[in-house]
Amino acid sequence: MDIRTSRIIPIVEAVKSGNSSARKEVEAAFARIEATAAYHAVLEVVKDRALQRADEIDRAIAAGATPGRLAGVPFIVKDNILTLGSNTTAASNILRDFKAPYQATVIDRLEAEGAIVVAKANLDSFGHGSSTENSDFGVTLNAHDQTRVPGGSSGGSTTAIALELTPFALGTDTGGSIRQPSSFSGVLGLKPTYGAVSRFGAVAMASSTDTIGPITSSAYDAALVLEIMGGQDERDGTSIQIPMETLPLDVTGLRVGVIKQYMDEGVQPEVKARVAAAVDRLGAAGATISEVDVPSLALALPAYYIIIPAELSSNLARYDGIKYGHVAEDAKDLSEQYSQTRTEGFNSENIRRIMIGTYVLSSGYFDAYYRKAQTVRTLIINEFSNAFKTVDMLVGPVAPTTAFKIGENTTDPLQMYLADVMTVGISLAGLPAASVPVGTADGLPVGMQVVGPQRADMKVLALAGEIMKEAA
Amino acid sequence: MSKVTIEEVQALARLAKITLSDAQAVRMQEEISAILGFVEQLNTVDTKGLEPTYQVTGLMNVTRSDEVIEYGVTPAQLLANAPATQDGSLKVKRVL
Repeated sequence: MDIRTSRIIPIVEAVKSGNSSARKEVEAAFARIEATAAYHAVLEVVKDRALQRADEIDRAIAAGATPGRLAGVPFIVKDNILTLGSNTTAASNILRDFKAPYQATVIDRLEAEGAIVVAKANLDSFGHGSSTENSDFGVTLNAHDQTRVPGGSSGGSTTAIALELTPFALGTDTGGSIRQPSSFSGVLGLKPTYGAVSRFGAVAMASSTDTIGPITSSAYDAALVLEIMGGQDERDGTSIQIPMETLPLDVTGLRVGVIKQYMDEGVQPEVKARVAAAVDRLGAAGATISEVDVPSLALALPAYYIIIPAELSSNLARYDGIKYGHVAEDAKDLSEQYSQTRTEGFNSENIRRIMIGTYVLSSGYFDAYYRKAQTVRTLIINEFSNAFKTVDMLVGPVAPTTAFKIGENTTDPLQMYLADVMTVGISLAGLPAASVPVGTADGLPVGMQVVGPQRADMKVLALAGEIMKEAA
Repeated sequence: MSKVTIEEVQALARLAKITLSDAQAVRMQEEISAILGFVEQLNTVDTKGLEPTYQVTGLMNVTRSDEVIEYGVTPAQLLANAPATQDGSLKVKRVL
C-alpha cells in the first residue's frame, strides 16, 4: 500500500527525529478541533490525559526508548467506545455523565503503540441513526456542506477526518455506520470482518453485527490501525484472528464483480455515474469486470430491521438506573424507577427500536419475525458465498444518494432506514467492506463500496488504495 | 390499517419499561405499523430447508481456563458510577 499517502507516518517520523513532539502534535490537534467547533464533530476534548500521555511519550523517547509505531499520533474516538480520561456518553442522555472504569481493547492496543486519544466524536445516540440527527447533544455538520448531514451514525468521526483534525478516527458499524458517513463525508472507512476487531469496551447495539473500524484518508493508515487494534482478544469471546499482512495487490486479472442489485434505478444517477467511472478505471487498469446477481439483497433491509431491534432491545435492557447512568429522582418503587429512568433517558428513535425489538421477540411472533429474518440471513450469506466463487471482490455504491439536507429525513423513520439499504446485507453476512471516495457529484462526495470475503480485510484495503490512486 | 392496536403498543411499552403518553402511543402505533408492514415482505420468501443464522464467525463454545484475570479495575471503581450504594453493594428501591 502506498506509504506516500499516509498522514500517520510523517507525524511518527517527526516525533522520533525530534522535529516535533507528541505534545506539539496533541496541542496542534486541540487547536484544529477548537477552530472547527462549529461543525460539532466532537463532544468532548480529552485534555488532561492526552497531554499527560504525550509528555510520557516525549520523555521516553528522550530517554532512548524505542518509540511505538504510532508515537505521538493523535486520534478521535466515537463516543460509544469506552475511554479513560473522559466521559463515554454514546451521545445519549442516559449516559450523559458516564465515566468508564476501564477502556476498550482497541484503545489499549493503540495507546500501547503511542497513539493518543484527543477527543470523543458525536454519533446518533447508541448508533441509532444514519445522520447524527439522533444525537441527544445536537447534529454534526457535513465537512463539505454545512447545511447537510455527515451521515451516521459515525458522523462525528467522519467529519473529523474530512476536516483533517487527526490522521485517523475510530467508528463503529452495525449496519453501515462507518461506511455510509464515510461516503457522505468523502473519507475512507472500513467495516472489518465481524469479529476481526475486539468489541470489548464498545457500547453494545446489535451484538451479532457490531464492529469497530478505522476511518482515515489513506488505505495505508487504515491498514496500519487495523493491524494494531485488530486480532483475537481473550476479553471478547467472539473475536477471531484474521490475516494482517499487507500484500501488494495486482489489479491485473483481479476479478471484480459489480453488485447488480445496487446499480438499479433507486440510485441517484450521479452516484451511479461516479461508481461506474471508478469501475471503468479498474477495468482499464487490468481488472476483469463482471456483473454479479445477489437477488436476496433486496430482503436485507427488512431482515435487518427485525434482527437489529431484537438484539438492541435486549442490550439496552441494562440501562435501568441502578448500576450506572441517569436515574429518575422521585420514583416510588423499583418498577417505577426503571420506567421513569428509561423514559427520561432514551430518545424517540431509541424507544421506537426497543419497542419493535420487544414486539418481534414476544412469544407468538418470534418464529414469524425473528426466526424468519435469521433464516433470510442464511439465504443472503449463501448468495454472497456463491458470488465469491466467481469473483475476488464485489463493488457497488455505499448509499443511494449523496449527503442529504439536515431535517430532510427526520419525519419518516422508514425513509431514514433506506439510507442503509446497501450496507445492511453485508453486515448480516459479517463481510469486510470499505467506503472508498471516488469523486464528487455537485460538490458532494460519493463513495464506492468494496466488499471482500470474510477475513480478506487487508485485500479490501489494498484495492481501496488502488482505487484512490486511480481517482486522484 | 394498523398492524398493532393502542393496547398492544401500551403492553409493549410496559414490557420494555417505557412510559408513553396517549399522544406518543398513537404516533408509535403508526410508526410501528409502518415498519411491520415493511418487514412483512419476508413472509413471501421461500426459506424451506434453510436454518437460521445467529452468528457468523463459525466459532463454537469458546472457553478459557477458570481463573481470575486481573483487569486493573476495583469494585470501588465499578460502584463509583452507581446512583446509590451501601456497604460496597448496589442499593435499589423497594420491590413491592
